[in-house]
Amino acid sequence: MATVELKGIGKVYDGGVRAVDNANITVNDKEFVVLVGPSGCGKSTTLRMIAGLEDITEGELYIDNKMVNDVPPKDRDIAMVFQNYALYPHMTVYDNMAFGLKIRKFSKEEIAKRVNEAAKILDIEELLDRKPKALSGGQRQRVAVGRAIVRQPKVFLFDEPLSNLDAKLRVQMRAEISSLHNRLKATMIYVTHDQVEAMTMADKIVVLKDGLIQQIGSPLELYNQPVNKFVAGFIGSPPMNFLQAAVTEEGGKIMIDEGSFKMAVPDADYLKPYVGKNVIFGIRPEDLTYQATEEAGKTMNANVTVIEPLGAEIHLYLYTGKHQFIARVAPDIAVEVDQKAYFTVDFSKAVFFDTETELAIKK
Amino acid sequence: MSKVKKRKSLNREGQSSGIAVNAVLLFLVILWTIPTFGILVTSFRVKDNVFATGWWKAFSDDSGFTLENYGQVLAGRDYKLKSDTNGNSPVKGDNMAGAFLNSISVTVPAVVIPILIAAFAAYGFAWLDFPGRRPLFILIVALLVVPLQISLIPVLRDYQKLKLNGTYLGIWLAHTGFGLPLATYLLFNYISTIPRSILESAFIDGASHFTTFVRLILPLSVPALASFAIFQFLWVWNDMLVALVFLSGAGAKMQVVTVRLLNLIGSRGQDWQLLTSGAFISMILPLTVFLALQKFFIRGLMAGSVKE
Repeated sequence: MATVELKGIGKVYDGGVRAVDNANITVNDKEFVVLVGPSGCGKSTTLRMIAGLEDITEGELYIDNKMVNDVPPKDRDIAMVFQNYALYPHMTVYDNMAFGLKIRKFSKEEIAKRVNEAAKILDIEELLDRKPKALSGGQRQRVAVGRAIVRQPKVFLFDEPLSNLDAKLRVQMRAEISSLHNRLKATMIYVTHDQVEAMTMADKIVVLKDGLIQQIGSPLELYNQPVNKFVAGFIGSPPMNFLQAAVTEEGGKIMIDEGSFKMAVPDADYLKPYVGKNVIFGIRPEDLTYQATEEAGKTMNANVTVIEPLGAEIHLYLYTGKHQFIARVAPDIAVEVDQKAYFTVDFSKAVFFDTETELAIKK
Repeated sequence: MSKVKKRKSLNREGQSSGIAVNAVLLFLVILWTIPTFGILVTSFRVKDNVFATGWWKAFSDDSGFTLENYGQVLAGRDYKLKSDTNGNSPVKGDNMAGAFLNSISVTVPAVVIPILIAAFAAYGFAWLDFPGRRPLFILIVALLVVPLQISLIPVLRDYQKLKLNGTYLGIWLAHTGFGLPLATYLLFNYISTIPRSILESAFIDGASHFTTFVRLILPLSVPALASFAIFQFLWVWNDMLVALVFLSGAGAKMQVVTVRLLNLIGSRGQDWQLLTSGAFISMILPLTVFLALQKFFIRGLMAGSVKE
């Protein structure tokens, strides 16, 4: 199989608009890498440059240690699955999947073998004679994936393949693509705006914003050690809470003062340089523990504004008087709207951000 | 209650406007059909009656109908030659069969050649990036407004030097040239709406531009190709000016249907009852072509390809 390496890749469109800036990504053999970010962050452009559908303005792209900047798409030995399926409407499912092989002059037997194999993997054997218009959305996307599989390429590229499917189908196809990756042991690069897809499928996630890579790491690395406020807020659902607070020192203890509550932060030497300044206090909803009573200096207190019972857990929307935040609590906790609620914080999981740079303060 | 009433009145409004639209359409259809019907009736009338009374009298007077006009057009016209020795002797003129073949020889290539060129050009303008793409395309579209009459004489003079006058190649090229701007424009409009990702998918699958064109673009453009083919076929088949200018050098052996019909009615237009039957005979082929190509106007050819 193959590795993909981006060295200082940049894309500037004709009008001078910069879509991607200095992207350095290494995709190892058999790795599932997800590029994730909000729309317009340059993730699709990056993928299209890897595919060869967009010219590379700056930097070097290597597939299998061979520089391919000027190699046309058909000679890069890649296959791509598009967001809108991009099936050939006048061909049957079989011909759609066989098209690439026919062009590459494979023998009839080989083509039939590969197509049938792929159809079996994707469970679309009985659809081979149909035309795309007679298929449902999920079936169409399966055909599009099948068209990629039969080629047995070095690298699979996926451009938001699930975003046109309904929610239930999306979850199912997500699992199928993951198991496909395990089965084919192929290098895959996957673009999505959905952080859940990124978290559930990736070996390695690349978070992009405004054409710049924010952080590269495993899903848990990104979740637990985000490098900045953007990554912290983008990964995870419901997202991380951000509360602006002043850092103070009282009797040798580092405290954060949100305005409506004050809490002591244990082992907080890393916050010493910020004494007298503001920081952004980041805490995930599940790292807050509900308490029935207030304990000065140890609890956050806030008013309950919305209660979302989800069955297995409850999401509480809270308001401190200055900031809103969300807490995930056990389903048996009895709270009511407008009631006061108190939370202790797992400070080992908390992340503090510099208010100006929004970078995480290193512990 | 009031809501229900409102909807009802809306409905009635819709109905009455539907009736009005249908009435207008019916009126237009009758308006356009009456002259054609008149020609049809005339084509079956005896020569003397045609000149004596209007076609609408054909049903009231008892002169009856005849197939003689069709016979004369198909088999060749009777000329009477006066000679001193034995009075009038009948002579057959040229028949339509030859003219039909000539017209087909002119029309079919004059439809196929511009479609081929224009489809390639439209693909290029729509999907290839080359310097001067926009100005070139605008230039071609601008050529739509140039009337072909002003180019007849310059082209004729060039043909003279190239010895293309009175040849099929000459008239094919002339019709191709006159038809290309519209063809390119029409096909460009269609081909440029084919979703980009289908082409990109083909490129990644390993297709060259040529393969993409032949295997994807052409089959997907069939409705546009068929509609242009009908346009061009009717135009070339019914054309007389271009044929007269570029083919008359070859004489009667290369006369097309329209030119042959012109000769049928006589130098002073005295035999125009023959024109009516000739017109109906010449309509047969274009009508067949239209009906045959109509089935290619398929809606939703792109269905299932991409999700919008």
